[in-house]
Amino acid sequence: MTPFLAVDVQYGGNFDGALDDINALFQMPPIFEFGIGGLDLSINRTILIIWLATAAAFLLFRAAFSDARIVPGKLQSACEMVIDFVRNIALDIIGPKGVKFVPLLTTFFVFIFAMNLMKITPGIMLPPTSRMAVTGFLALTAWVVYVSVGIKTHGFLGYIKEVSIPPGTPKAILPILAVIEFVSNLILRPFALAIRLFANMVAGHILVVITLVTVHVFLYPRPGLPVGILALGISPLVFGFELFIIGLQAYIFTLLTAVYISSSLESH
Amino acid sequence: MDMVFLAQEAAEVAQSNLGNGLVFGLATLGPGIGLGILIGKAIESMARQPEAAGMVRTTMFIGIGVVEVLALLGFVLAFII
Repeated sequence: MTPFLAVDVQYGGNFDGALDDINALFQMPPIFEFGIGGLDLSINRTILIIWLATAAAFLLFRAAFSDARIVPGKLQSACEMVIDFVRNIALDIIGPKGVKFVPLLTTFFVFIFAMNLMKITPGIMLPPTSRMAVTGFLALTAWVVYVSVGIKTHGFLGYIKEVSIPPGTPKAILPILAVIEFVSNLILRPFALAIRLFANMVAGHILVVITLVTVHVFLYPRPGLPVGILALGISPLVFGFELFIIGLQAYIFTLLTAVYISSSLESH
Repeated sequence: MDMVFLAQEAAEVAQSNLGNGLVFGLATLGPGIGLGILIGKAIESMARQPEAAGMVRTTMFIGIGVVEVLALLGFVLAFII
């Protein structure tokens, strides 16, 4: 549908059923078909955007820190602010042990921010984090880290006991509570991490698309012109709001990962 | 005959869309109230004790993350259903 939508926008065609299938906004046709044994590894637009965003973030940080000085230049101090921000999160939440996790958390923050920023970058306008595979893999990474930290700290059985039995539980409700705590700590946490980022990005992308399509369709001398003018006026607000959401989601993902790592480290 | 068929089709589509809207709408009610209480209390405690503002803000964002996901589950479900 998306190619047709673009053509319709270009030639002022009709938009009947243009947004019928919302999946078409996110599922890009493969550019280069490729697969190993039934595993679909085709290169599509989303993957290209991931590569582009990763390369941009990598080159930015490389340019900032390739010749790091004691008195930092503009770029270096800007990048140091990002790292300092994440470092403060880690130190606030995890404590002195958190220094070890600053590289991981910085990677999460910068990667998610770069991916999300593609949502409002002109010419790209598609966040790769609106695909469940990307956010699911990020959440899986966070899960592996906090579970392995917990097992390293308490031992396997000790960690299972730690996640399923809250301190000071009465014996009577222990069987029910242990199951709930176990499921919520080990299964719902990564699921919620993935869903939070994914759903925010999907909602934001749909909002941006609908605003821009409204501008395209209605900003034309015909009875619906006021709607077009309204959408044109609102679109900067939508973009600003999306920029806020982008930063907030990257921050919350990093923060919650730090919280989970900290809960694995402490014993009660 | 065609018009009758189209009308039926339109009614079905409208009903399913109404359901989707209701799923998301109802899912936002609880988290909306929760977020209001959470952020309101956080602002209150920040105003009472400005020196603890940093800690309160961090904890508030953790709480927001936990509450917000309920509404987002409703958003995802609205598309899945």
